[in-house]
Amino acid sequence: MAEEVILLDDFWSSMFGMRCRIALAEKGVKYEYKEEDLRKKSDLLLQMNPIHKKIPVLVHNGRPVCESLVILQYIDETWPGKCSLLPSDPYQRAQARFWADYVDKKFSDLGRKICTAKGEEQEVAKKELIDSLKLLEGELGDKPFFGGEMLGFVDLAIVPFYTYFLAYETCGNFSIEVECPNFIAWTKRCLEIESVSKSLADPQKVYGFVLHLKKVNGIE
Amino acid sequence: MGEELKLFGVWGSPFSRRIEIALKIKGVEYEYLEEDIFHNKSALLLKYNPVHKKIPVLVHNGKPIAESQVILEYIDETWNDNPILPRDPYKRAMARFWAKFIDEKCVPAIWKSFMSGGPEREKANEEACELLSTLEGELKGKKFFGGETVGFVDIVASFIGHWVGPFQEAVGVDLLTEDKFPMLCKWAEEFKNCPVIKENLPPRDKILAFFKAQLEMLTSFYKNRV
Repeated sequence: MAEEVILLDDFWSSMFGMRCRIALAEKGVKYEYKEEDLRKKSDLLLQMNPIHKKIPVLVHNGRPVCESLVILQYIDETWPGKCSLLPSDPYQRAQARFWADYVDKKFSDLGRKICTAKGEEQEVAKKELIDSLKLLEGELGDKPFFGGEMLGFVDLAIVPFYTYFLAYETCGNFSIEVECPNFIAWTKRCLEIESVSKSLADPQKVYGFVLHLKKVNGIE
Repeated sequence: MGEELKLFGVWGSPFSRRIEIALKIKGVEYEYLEEDIFHNKSALLLKYNPVHKKIPVLVHNGKPIAESQVILEYIDETWNDNPILPRDPYKRAMARFWAKFIDEKCVPAIWKSFMSGGPEREKANEEACELLSTLEGELKGKKFFGGETVGFVDIVASFIGHWVGPFQEAVGVDLLTEDKFPMLCKWAEEFKNCPVIKENLPPRDKILAFFKAQLEMLTSFYKNRV
């Protein structure tokens, strides 16, 4: 039976979908991309992710996998030959899972606050984001990537958030590069890799999307 | 070199008990260190988990691992006997999905339901019931979430199986009841009666006494965290 791989995704706004696109590209997996209109979710999406009704969803030979970090590990375990996302050593794997989980716990919430809050609340969120990025810089150290010499699980988990940095910086009136130059240097190294640059949305378009969302929700 | 394994935990915490259950399933010896997590975290804990400053933390030959689901996977990958996660990638993905669902959706909704008051509680209760209903659906007549034996999802669901009962009694909320969730309640009984689980859960009456005595402290801890 021919292998069938489908990715249900939303190209512009979902950082989580971007993670999966990079992973599939790194592994050289051929797949069918289906763009979802989140205002009008397809029957397929609702059938494949009835619990969260969210993208991304990877459908492999008719069976759905949901939640981006779960999808990444599934991709890594199903197509093991090329470009390992997780290291082979259990302790290194645990560290990779820890940091990916850290990013998920911190960034979405902080990003949203920076874009929509004002005054003290916004300042606190900005400071927390910078502190988190500095922590990640410490974890990266001298390595070119979090995965070592090559892209790994943590790189894929974090790099899509970069597409929102222009939005954060403009809404929050600050420069992430000034505060965290090593982090930005790492994102530039990632962007030199084709699987990353082809999978990430254009930050200008993402910023436009953020402004549109704010307007729609009546936020100044 | 002898293997050195330490677990920093709290006697009443479902998160640190998960780790103890996993280590017992694997038949691995470890040293347990009790933390005073609410009032006085030890210097060692802060050294081993500077990012979150929480328990559980497993320290294996001096190397720390934090976050309970990360620790569970580490244990499963380090000691191969009695697997906790399935071997098949799709089944592993399903186990990870449901474990995430429990920790990211069910647990916070249950806490919200117990910690809220008035009309907010009713709404939170409804949400929690919907989520528990979804979880019950996943059991699909199996003895355990893991099939015939206890697995990753069962271990993660231990909060629901063993802590929700005394918690709801202390707070006076009827959330997990046999008429609403017959499958989940049956699962809870099977789970708690497994020898390795039974020996590693804190006594129900001790948990109940703790919740009753510390409700005010827990409520303020919850409000400050959110």
